[in-house]
Amino acid sequence: MPEYAIQTENLTRKFGDFIAVDHISFEVQKGEIFGFLGANGAGKTTAMKMLTGLLTPTSGKALVTGRDVYTEAEFIKKQIGYMSQKFSLYDDLTPRENIRFYGGIYGISEEYLSQKIDEVLEGTGLKDQGDKLVQALPLGWKQKLAFSIAILHNPKIVFLDEPTGGVDPVTRRAFWEQIYEVAEQGITVFVTTHYMDEAEYCDRLSIMVDGRMDAIGSPEDLKHEFSASSVEEIFIKLARSAKRGDG
Amino acid sequence: MKIIRVLLQKEFLQIFRNKSMLPILFVMPVVQLLVLSFAATYELKEVDVALIDNDQSALSREVMSRFQATGYFNLELETFHYAEAMMAMDQGEVSLILEIPSGFQTRVREGRVADLQLVIDAVDGSTAGLIQSYSTSILKDLNAEQMRKIQMESYSPQVQKVKSIQVIPQNWYNPDLDYITFMVPGILVVLVSMIGLFLSGMNIVREQEIGTIEQLNVTPIRKYQFMIGKLLPFWVIGMIDLLIGLILARYGFNIPFLGSLITVLIVAGIFLITIQSLGLLISTITHTQQQAMFIAWFLMVIFILMGGLFTPIESMPMWAQNLTYINPVAYFIKIMRMVLLKGAGWPEIQFMVYGITAMGSALLLISINKYKKTVA
Repeated sequence: MPEYAIQTENLTRKFGDFIAVDHISFEVQKGEIFGFLGANGAGKTTAMKMLTGLLTPTSGKALVTGRDVYTEAEFIKKQIGYMSQKFSLYDDLTPRENIRFYGGIYGISEEYLSQKIDEVLEGTGLKDQGDKLVQALPLGWKQKLAFSIAILHNPKIVFLDEPTGGVDPVTRRAFWEQIYEVAEQGITVFVTTHYMDEAEYCDRLSIMVDGRMDAIGSPEDLKHEFSASSVEEIFIKLARSAKRGDG
Repeated sequence: MKIIRVLLQKEFLQIFRNKSMLPILFVMPVVQLLVLSFAATYELKEVDVALIDNDQSALSREVMSRFQATGYFNLELETFHYAEAMMAMDQGEVSLILEIPSGFQTRVREGRVADLQLVIDAVDGSTAGLIQSYSTSILKDLNAEQMRKIQMESYSPQVQKVKSIQVIPQNWYNPDLDYITFMVPGILVVLVSMIGLFLSGMNIVREQEIGTIEQLNVTPIRKYQFMIGKLLPFWVIGMIDLLIGLILARYGFNIPFLGSLITVLIVAGIFLITIQSLGLLISTITHTQQQAMFIAWFLMVIFILMGGLFTPIESMPMWAQNLTYINPVAYFIKIMRMVLLKGAGWPEIQFMVYGITAMGSALLLISINKYKKTVA
């Protein structure tokens, strides 16, 4: 039987009467870059929070790395990395201290961590900034650092919630190169984005509208299916039918 | 264990890096102790007096100079018009009007009843009470002297001795009725409570606000590890502050340390955990530092005002006295005073320590339970 990185069946989350995520079913294969698209308020972040164990689903099934999100959330957490929309490194610590802290939380050994710190600082081009406070760094560098920290413990899946929001095109490009590198190492990448050019970089993508998953497939397949020339066109077509949100 | 160490390391790094926090943590308690201990006194000082001396006699001048000689009263205004004196009181310039009627000296010399009027500003009831009792005792002394004088002057062979029961009070534990001695142990408790209640709780809410808590929640970190990581740093800081305070109390204020210092420290340790757990509980039910701050202040004010720091618990109404059973600050203030000033030991304080421990355990369990790695 094929094992998926992520597998959901009728996954639903309600807040009172409001159905944020409405019976979504999908699979993410191991090692793929899975794009998670949707207008603001379509339910992307809610879905991602359920998969990362931050939020308990109202109903439905979800397996992450083959484990049940209801009963094995703490186990799943060891196997996933997460980079939230809200920038989540400690501003008043240096990059080095941030890496050391999160590495320590994941139980990475001291020797390996020291080696890893240099590697990360080298890789993100922060070698000379390693001892400056994070708050002094430009946003693009912070995000690269946050991403590096999210994969510090070699997770099986890394969840990126709008990782390139507010970043210039050059830095975004560099960021996606980093994503490809990570995928090559066999880490599954689950990424939400608002940028349609980024959507084209994904192996497969899904588009959420009003809490439902209205489209799923590779960018090529989707263009066929919706007879569109770009992902952007598909997105606009679907998003126009949306009843909620400001997208 | 390793994870807790990592958490502590990070927490201390952040605390000691915060340049505005450090003085708050270590200088503020000292300043507070110094300022409050001297300011929070019930002794009467510098009561401004308006004098209406309609008698203008040797005796009436003697009355006023007796008041002034005590050092507590200050002659602010001399007038012959009651209205003017009253106006001064309305404007808060004087708190006492002393009116001596004409013929006062003559009546006294003739051994008749002589009246004298004291008008006291009683907006602040306890000060008014003090003014009254100080004045009464000054006048009583003067009266007794005058009586003796008259009797001697009358050359009467049968001296009518003024006999009365004399009460000579002996004040135990605080023989000079020194208010600083009484206040300092209590103020130390307030200091420790502030650190305990505000810092830990505020710290978690802050992580909520900046979003780092979400990042922590997707890590395999355990709830108890997280809680210890948040409790311990400020527990250590609270204890250090208490030690600084105790050193100041002993060598700066000469507070007697009759009881065991170890007992004080152990109780303080338990008390800090209790009050910190309350802070954690507040942080789990609030979403912003503003909300947390407001609730913490609300509780703090109640704890302090109903904790017997300024007003004796015994003189509160019964329902308020019952409330102090769930006020950890009240217990700790009482313990501090008992141990430091009266040399109380374990047998005398054990039930209060049990009380604090029970509250602490309950609060800690509830707050660990309420803290969720998942969001609502």
